[in-house]
Amino acid sequence: MNFVAELLISVFLVISGIFGFVGSYGLIKLKDSLQRLHAPTKATTLGVGGVLIASMIYFYAKTGHLSIHELLITLFLFLTAPITANFIAKAYLARNVNGEDLPDSATTYGWSVYDDPPENMPEAKDV
Amino acid sequence: MLRTLIPHPFLSLTLVLVWIGLVNTVTLGNLILGAALGLVIPMVTAPYWPNRPRISRPLKIIEYGLIVLWDIIVANVQVAMIILFKKDEDIKTHWIPIEIELKSAEAITVLAGTITMTPGTVSAMLAADCNSILVHCLHTDDPDAVRDEIKSRYERRLMEIFP
Repeated sequence: MNFVAELLISVFLVISGIFGFVGSYGLIKLKDSLQRLHAPTKATTLGVGGVLIASMIYFYAKTGHLSIHELLITLFLFLTAPITANFIAKAYLARNVNGEDLPDSATTYGWSVYDDPPENMPEAKDV
Repeated sequence: MLRTLIPHPFLSLTLVLVWIGLVNTVTLGNLILGAALGLVIPMVTAPYWPNRPRISRPLKIIEYGLIVLWDIIVANVQVAMIILFKKDEDIKTHWIPIEIELKSAEAITVLAGTITMTPGTVSAMLAADCNSILVHCLHTDDPDAVRDEIKSRYERRLMEIFP
C-alpha cells in the first residue's frame, strides 16, 4: 500500500474518532433528553461515515476492487437514524411534555401525539 | 397485467441494486437471484403500498441528495462546536412549528428525515392532519430564519420532485 493511501486512511479514521467522541461527550454534557437526542443522531453519522470511507480506501488500495458494502451501510444508516430519533422524541413528548406547552400547530388540528386525526382523512396523507 | 406483476418498479430496481451490493460481486447468478427478489418482494408487500409515489423530475433527486449530504457534513461540525464550546446556559433550544404544503406521505417522510439529519434540528411530530411539522432546534438565535431556510432549501425542492 502506498503512502498516500495510508495517509488518507489515517486522516479519515482520526476524523471519525473525533466525531464519535464528541457525540458521546454530548450525551453526558447536554441538559435534557431532547437536547441529548441531537448529539448521537448527528455527530455519529460523520463518525461512522469516516470509518466507512477509510474502509473503502483500504480495500481499494489493497485489492484493487471497489467495495460497495460501505455505501449500503451508509444507506441503511440514513434510512434508520431519523426514524429512531423520531420515535425517541415522540415517546419523550408523550410521557413528559404537556401538549399546551408546545407552540400552536397553526392548523385546525393539534399535534398528533395529543390530538386525533380528522375523521375523513384522505388515503394519500395517511402517515 | 404489468401493474400487478411489477407494482413498484423503483422498489424492484432498488432491491436488485441492494442485493448486488450485499453480495459485492456481479455475476449472472446473483443478478438472477436479485431479479427474483425484486419481483417477489414488491408483489408480497403490495397490499401495504396501495399507491405509487408520483415522481415528476427524477434528476432533481440527485441534486437534492447532494445538497443534503453537504448539509449533513456542515451539521456535524456545527453540532460538534455547540457541544464542545457552548456553556449549558447559553444553549437556546427552541420548538419550531412549520406549516408544510407537501401533500404526499412519501414527500413528508423525506422532509422529516432530512430535517432530522441536518444542522441541529430534529423533527419531533406532525400535526394530526399532517399540515404542519414540529421541529426541535438545539441552538438558534432566530427561530424564524431556521423555518424559512427549511422551507426554501428543502420543501421547495421536494415540491418539484413530488408534485
